[in-house]
Amino acid sequence: MSNATFAPVRDRFRTIARTIVPEAEALDEGGWVELERIVEQGLASRPSSVRRQLRLFVRALDLLPLLRFGRTFRALDHQRRTRFLLAVQDAPFLLVRRGFWGLRTLVFMGYYGRASTAATIGYRADVRGWEIRR
Amino acid sequence: MGDPPVIEKAYDVVIIGSGAGGGAVAQELAPLVREGRNVLLIEQGPRISPEECNGVELDMAPALYQDDGGFLTADGTMTLAFGRVYGGSTFVYTGTSMQPPERVIRNWNVPGVEHSDLDARARKFAAQNNVHYLADELINENNRLFVDGCRRAGYVAQQFPINVRGCNGASICNLGCHSGAKQGTHRVQLPAAEQAGVEVVTRAEALRIEERAVIVRVLNKPDGAKGQPSEWPSGDYRIRAGAIILAAGAVGSPALLLRSHLPGLPRRVGEGFTCHPAHILVGEHPRPITNDVGHPKSFFVDRAEEEGYVLETCMYFPFTTAKNLAGFGEPHSTLMRAFPRLQMILVLACDKAVPGNRVTVDRDGAPRVHYRFTDETIAALIRATRASARIFFAAGALRVHAPSANPPLLEASDADRIDERIDARHFKPGKISVSAAHLMGGCGMGRSAADSVTDSYGRVHGIPWLRVADASLFPDSLEINPYLTIMALADRVAEGIRQDAGSLLPMNEAVSRC
Ligand SMILES: Cc1cc2nc3c(=O)[nH]c(=O)nc-3n(C[C@H](O)[C@H](O)[C@H](O)COP(=O)(O)OP(=O)(O)OC[C@H]3O[C@@H](n4cnc5c(N)ncnc54)[C@H](O)[C@@H]3O)c2cc1C
Ligand code: SF4
Repeated sequence: MSNATFAPVRDRFRTIARTIVPEAEALDEGGWVELERIVEQGLASRPSSVRRQLRLFVRALDLLPLLRFGRTFRALDHQRRTRFLLAVQDAPFLLVRRGFWGLRTLVFMGYYGRASTAATIGYRADVRGWEIRR
Repeated sequence: MGDPPVIEKAYDVVIIGSGAGGGAVAQELAPLVREGRNVLLIEQGPRISPEECNGVELDMAPALYQDDGGFLTADGTMTLAFGRVYGGSTFVYTGTSMQPPERVIRNWNVPGVEHSDLDARARKFAAQNNVHYLADELINENNRLFVDGCRRAGYVAQQFPINVRGCNGASICNLGCHSGAKQGTHRVQLPAAEQAGVEVVTRAEALRIEERAVIVRVLNKPDGAKGQPSEWPSGDYRIRAGAIILAAGAVGSPALLLRSHLPGLPRRVGEGFTCHPAHILVGEHPRPITNDVGHPKSFFVDRAEEEGYVLETCMYFPFTTAKNLAGFGEPHSTLMRAFPRLQMILVLACDKAVPGNRVTVDRDGAPRVHYRFTDETIAALIRATRASARIFFAAGALRVHAPSANPPLLEASDADRIDERIDARHFKPGKISVSAAHLMGGCGMGRSAADSVTDSYGRVHGIPWLRVADASLFPDSLEINPYLTIMALADRVAEGIRQDAGSLLPMNEAVSRC
């Protein structure tokens, strides 16, 4: 993994990312490297404490399902992973909701920040405007 | 090794910040330059040319915005967008140009601030900025569907006057305008000021203010970064000035004052922060529409007085859109894949200045914005979301994405259950995305230091050489898009400086020509 923040938790991060954006399942290694590079760039100006907290949060997300399903997040099927993250997203504690919001935002940045994704979803804005669309 | 030496300079007037307020005040102080005074404007961001604006979200956001456009409030429940570039937030604004609203200015009840006066000043800037209505053939379907939906659902849609010259409809206004069509201060007032002799130095951050002096750090251009290098060599400067005008924005100005610890500073600095908290909503249509081409923001619905909200058309970029849609997984992805069929509406709440919502600084002097959503603000966002859902469905949308519904997708069959589905109990801070770009207050105008920070000419109570000329002057939210009102207030600040020049700016040899 090319990025430092999630390098120690690479598998866990990618499993969560695939649950947040199911199309990420289709990414090849090059696609993942690009996604992770964008995420790392987005975090570059943030304090190192934020990066540490995010790493911790990813670890916690992987372990917490043990309490409810008896398995780690990685060992769950897609449906249960989704169900678990929906519960995290709605957690009664602001800190947990915020943590998930931040992680989800980074995954979206990594996935939708790629030029190829913009093309895939049909986003065509161009600095030439109407000139190339009429 | 000791600290590197501080370079000493002196000016008659130093302006801090180059956005709506700083740009206006710089232009309006040009007469002082003709009288032989020297005026300096410092801006922490770089000068970026239109050609450098490539419309790529992840290239442009870090180059143009503070924290890439995602400055988090202290409890992490809202992101604030504000510019950090020559032109300030006017470099990234959409250019909708509204006159100051009479009702709001009256309710502000600031002695000396009359609506008719602000209105006339705002008209002057509107004329400079070529404010007009976009021709019908340049309106895209994202905007037309809004008008159509409003008509069918019983809302009055009005056209936004906008400030463009030769807009080619690239739709990327919030990432900077590649064709230079949008008339921010970087295109109009700052070039005029510079031509008249006002000196502008970019990549120059005011670290703190001392008695009639500003401590400034000028940085080198980082390798590979967009923009021009600074006009001055890098280093720390101490700039003495007869008058200092703060125009660093509603976050930057209070933060700078607070970290400066000036004796006699009014204790209300930082209080009264408002920001029109906003949601992005989308409606999915059965067929592709023109949404990512054409000026994005041509129409609005003003329900500020009756229901505390404003609806505006909008169009955002893939990552910004993804971030602002609630949820994740298949429903989220399905909507993202429908991008060419999405209609978008921005809903803004007209929040009120309340105790606790304020700017402070941390131990390092960095700004922190404390913001709590009041029940009234949440209720306004819910009313606005419900109205938008009705407008989307009336315009023919198959489904509507509303962050304060759970699950957030409403199908057409839910159209008669909108009030039930969209409800305040689903407005969960930290779960749903709320963002704001109309940052106001923090150095509010008023009568005295007991109720405010400045008087109606931006004079800081008790510190006659210190003035404020930006959105932080607002004593409460404006309830409509603010830039023309900010310029009108900055115009008054410039007038005050010109009037006070005799006493404030003695033709002083100590203020050496630099
Ligand atoms: C994406 C977006 C879209 C918008 N669209 C519209 C619109 O369509 N219509 C409308 O009316 N309004 C719009 N606004 C709001 C409008 O742009 C702002 O309200 C207005 O520009 C604020 O003016 P200001 O002078 O207070 O601050 P700003 O314009 O933000 O300028 C402050 C400047 O001060 C600089 N600064 C801060 N601290 C320091 C320091 N310590 N040293 C040196 N420089 C410093 C900053 O870098 C910045 O350039 C929009 C804003 C955004 C972000
Ligand atoms: S829509 Fe017009 S104003 Fe906005 S970026 Fe494009 S050309 Fe510039």
